[in-house]
Amino acid sequence: MQKSANVVIIGGGITGCATAYELAVRGVKDIVVIEKQYLSSGATGRCGAGVRQQWGTETNAILARDSVKRFEGMNEELEYDRDIEFKQGGYLMVSYTQNEWNQYKKNVAVQHSLGIPTKMITPQEAQEIVPHLNINGLIGATFCQSDGHANPFHVVDAYYKAASRLGVKFETYTSVTGITREKGKVTSVQTSKGDIAASMVINACGYAAGTICKMVGFELPLYPQRHQALVTEPVEPCQGPMVISLHHRLYCQQTPHGSFIMGVGDPNEPKDFNINSSWEFLEDVARQATTVLPLLKNLRVVRQWSGLYDMSPDANPILDEVPDAKGMWVAAGFSGHGFMVAPQTAVLLVQKILGQNCFMPIERFGLERFSGGELLLESAVV
Amino acid sequence: MQTKETIVCRCEDITLEEIKSLIDQGYRTIDEIKRVIRAGMGPCQGRTCRMLIAQELAKYYGIPVGEVLMPTFRPTVRPVKLGTFAGGE
Repeated sequence: MQKSANVVIIGGGITGCATAYELAVRGVKDIVVIEKQYLSSGATGRCGAGVRQQWGTETNAILARDSVKRFEGMNEELEYDRDIEFKQGGYLMVSYTQNEWNQYKKNVAVQHSLGIPTKMITPQEAQEIVPHLNINGLIGATFCQSDGHANPFHVVDAYYKAASRLGVKFETYTSVTGITREKGKVTSVQTSKGDIAASMVINACGYAAGTICKMVGFELPLYPQRHQALVTEPVEPCQGPMVISLHHRLYCQQTPHGSFIMGVGDPNEPKDFNINSSWEFLEDVARQATTVLPLLKNLRVVRQWSGLYDMSPDANPILDEVPDAKGMWVAAGFSGHGFMVAPQTAVLLVQKILGQNCFMPIERFGLERFSGGELLLESAVV
Repeated sequence: MQTKETIVCRCEDITLEEIKSLIDQGYRTIDEIKRVIRAGMGPCQGRTCRMLIAQELAKYYGIPVGEVLMPTFRPTVRPVKLGTFAGGE
């Protein structure tokens, strides 16, 4: 492995790969991406794959809105030899309680102020979009047609191939064991395959970002939280949008392949690195999914898995330089919605690092918000 | 062997030629191949193709099959209806 680099990126998920590409495409040379296992082996490859603009905070809505534009043209932009499978079947967010509906109204006002074309619709209109939706007790729904989902493995593969063509090196099955700093600046990264001298390190490790920050003596306010998902056998296309019911803690989509992917959040999930699949999840998700979408009771589950959210205190990302370790940047804490905003968080971070004009204020994602600043509390997280 | 006509993953219709091509491109494990081309993601969960792909990787890298990294074995063992888990059937 090489002995030095301009930039070392730790983490071969969507954030690390997209950041590598955005740096390289702006002319930065000599970039290395270090990945402990294989690309997208962490949270990216385990995520629900949704891409939605229906958020409650302006920051998430802007990042998602602009990322949708990138996903729309990604096959061409990255000259990908496969297909990222971006399907814009929309997101249908259904509301079964008045509190939730009031919050949705506020969220939609934020979305409209940013030009996101979300519609507020009646239960009957929701059922026209998803005929197998249970509208008993449904108050209303919000729908945005340009939301959708993409294949995380192929999106990462596309960034990987485009970055490789621009000269970025990827070292998979390589662990970072230490980071050296001198006089408050990072100087080198120790790995299982040798040391790399570098004055810039980007920590894009998701739930492991805290472990990396500890190597320079900094406590990142992140904690891991397991989330589980399952996939069914493929059937003919019958559901256009991703259906989200925050009341049922449920998301459920049908992929272009025909299979259904779904998950539920568990409010009692402990803060832990456990990624084993549980029996309790199968029963829980099956009950919620067959309540909201009764037709699905006939679908067979073929596989379940789990992954870890990298939860920050306000469920929003951290994009900042580590205090007392100049040259070390953090892009983590995405709290379960990193995949869908990654194309634009990578641009934002790279603009900041290169001293260019940022397309939106990056300070709002800074570490200072956890020590007395203004938190970015997001209400619309599954 | 006719690599174009030899099906390795029966659930997803993946041929030996496609598997060999991915290995040539540098996809190093069963997990990586699975994620790019869906081999092993169908109803049988890789019961047939897992070991066939392992053999190809072992040949390519000159290592015993036992040293090829296995993917995680995940539930369910066989396909089960959501309605069964929900307790309705």
